[in-house]
Amino acid sequence: MGRRVVLGLVGLGAIGVVTGARVQDFLERTLGPVIAKDGTGVTALLPFGRFRIYTVTGSLPSRSPDEWSMRVGGLVDTPLRLTYDDLRAMEPTSLTRDFQCVTGWRVSDVAWRGVRLADVLDRAGVAGAARAVRFTSFDGAYTESLTLAQARRRDVIVAYEMEGSPLSRAHGGPVRLYVAPMYGYKSLKWLDGIEVTDRVVPGYWEQRGYDIDAWVGRSNGRDDEAT
Amino acid sequence: MDAVAATRPDPAGAEPDPAGIVRFDRTERLVHWTTAVLVLVLLATGAAMYAGPISTLVGRRELVKTVHVLAGLALPVPLLVGILMPRRGGGLRADARRINRFDAEDRRWLRPRRAARPGKFNAGQKLNASFLVAAGVVLLGTGVMMRWPGLWSVDLRTGATFVHDWFAIGVALSVTGHIVLALRDPIAFAGMRRGVVPARWARRTHPQWYEEVTGHPADRLAPNPQRETGVRR
Repeated sequence: MGRRVVLGLVGLGAIGVVTGARVQDFLERTLGPVIAKDGTGVTALLPFGRFRIYTVTGSLPSRSPDEWSMRVGGLVDTPLRLTYDDLRAMEPTSLTRDFQCVTGWRVSDVAWRGVRLADVLDRAGVAGAARAVRFTSFDGAYTESLTLAQARRRDVIVAYEMEGSPLSRAHGGPVRLYVAPMYGYKSLKWLDGIEVTDRVVPGYWEQRGYDIDAWVGRSNGRDDEAT
Repeated sequence: MDAVAATRPDPAGAEPDPAGIVRFDRTERLVHWTTAVLVLVLLATGAAMYAGPISTLVGRRELVKTVHVLAGLALPVPLLVGILMPRRGGGLRADARRINRFDAEDRRWLRPRRAARPGKFNAGQKLNASFLVAAGVVLLGTGVMMRWPGLWSVDLRTGATFVHDWFAIGVALSVTGHIVLALRDPIAFAGMRRGVVPARWARRTHPQWYEEVTGHPADRLAPNPQRETGVRR
């Protein structure tokens, strides 16, 4: 009996691994609206369609939009310091994509709003020797980088809104990077610096073993062809 | 090793030693408590990577992840070492066999109005133990998939995370129930701390086991009737 229970549950786990992505998507679609209306917040702890909040430092970084500004420097024609209002005054762009963590959790159809990273780079003017872009966070530890070609994609944005609201602290507010075609660790939170460089400098998790080119596999059902 | 004398099955049918009956030997207790520490570490670090409010309080993702992974990889070690120890693992192996065996008394125990006479473990304990073993296997497997993501497709990893989360919630509930029940039954709790339980407790809660160990019928009056407090069921 004990053995049957163990084997049955392990089998259930294995089936869950194979079908879990689809089951989760189904639950997210059917129960997502219910959960959004749950005032207690208990259902927000159920394991589907939810963000996991990761910080690599000991505390949650905090900076209000008024205090926030971002340096754009390195191999650029005109180094800039952009304020929150500067960013808001630029042409906005919206996109709705899945957020996929490399470890597996996924949130479907997250709506983002911000400005294209390419527009920010163009505003500073990228110098001829430039090959890559490096990002820093005001958490003081996290860094990321993209090749210049990756950074110029239309689905790579400097985001200030998520799901129709200003980005919360936990989600990297007031301003974060959102690299739609790549795993979540590329989408640096609490962005405060963009540096154009002559080579790719591996980011925080990449120094700890993750791939530098973090494309989400096509098995994810996404089509992230460059536009 | 124990100051308390242990009682073994006595063919002569002598009265059980008032000092008590051995419920868990030293190996079993060591396995239990090392596993308990690992499970608590796993639940705490897991919560810190899962529940937003705790995550934002704790932060330090890499440290938390490293501790979680190391504790997870270590989780099966105490049980496996205990089971494989040729001599000292005997008690553990015998209990594993008991847990694997499901008899009519266990099925009776599971019915709503139960008047069952459980052996060393009742049906709930057996099912819970089986669940935890399975959950351990599933959590370890899916955890490995999440820790070494390069070997699996995105969809498999999403599935692994999904399964890992649900089983972890199950384990958290099971462990909470386990601790609550232990606190509500101090004698059972002491049995896992010191290894020995009073014969009276065994006769009342695990009558079949009492008979097996002492050779006395469990329904007979206690040798010391005035100490019976009417808790028999």
